[in-house]
Amino acid sequence: MTDQATRLVLPSHIEAVADAAAAAAEFARTCGIGDDAAFGIDMAVREAITNAIVHGNKEDDTKQVELSLSCGQRAVEIQVKDEGEGFDPGSVPDPTSPENILKTSGRGNFLIRTFMDEVEWSSPSEGGTTVRMVKRF
Amino acid sequence: MAELSIRERAAGDVTILDMDGRITIGEGSVALRSAVRRMLEEGKKKILLNLAGVGYIDSSGIGELVSSYTAINKEGGQLKLLSLTQKLQDLLTITKLLTVFDAYDEEAEALSNFK
Repeated sequence: MTDQATRLVLPSHIEAVADAAAAAAEFARTCGIGDDAAFGIDMAVREAITNAIVHGNKEDDTKQVELSLSCGQRAVEIQVKDEGEGFDPGSVPDPTSPENILKTSGRGNFLIRTFMDEVEWSSPSEGGTTVRMVKRF
Repeated sequence: MAELSIRERAAGDVTILDMDGRITIGEGSVALRSAVRRMLEEGKKKILLNLAGVGYIDSSGIGELVSSYTAINKEGGQLKLLSLTQKLQDLLTITKLLTVFDAYDEEAEALSNFK
């Protein structure tokens, strides 16, 4: 699907989140995606990078987050990879169920799934977690 | 420029916080948390968050709104939301939090619904 591609390597600081999300949304616009879909990409990348930095790399200065962006004619594909200990997406309860509605965290992956058309997490044996997301347009 | 600026004003016994910017992980979420905690320390327990100027919020910011709601309720106070932007309204609908928060379009209506 790759007509354009780019890759960013980010430090494990929350200050990197906003710039990475904005860069992803801008990349998507150059692929021809509309503003609403670009907003969704900004939001999903923001949440994925936050997860990678905070929960994956635990804000460890020695670890990095890799953001890979590519697009074809009708879709943008995004991968966010951390150097953490792995992640089981099934371990996060539904944040919209009544018993969780007043929890102060646990909505990031829900928002990613909401704004993207395909989402999958993988934790390879060599470590880290990669979330792959696709937005079609 | 700060990620989130917060201006305080009073309407009777209700404190209105006019917010402008983003409520996102880091500075924005911390600014909201600090403002609400300060209100509670000052005994101001009826708080109306005017979100007209907030065009962007992430899961951290949503969590901070929930935390504010819980903290104020715990102190016997009330938190209401005013003038949600469309994107914020969409996010609170998706997360089903509009079933939790009292949200209003008009300031006078919001103020009249404080007990």
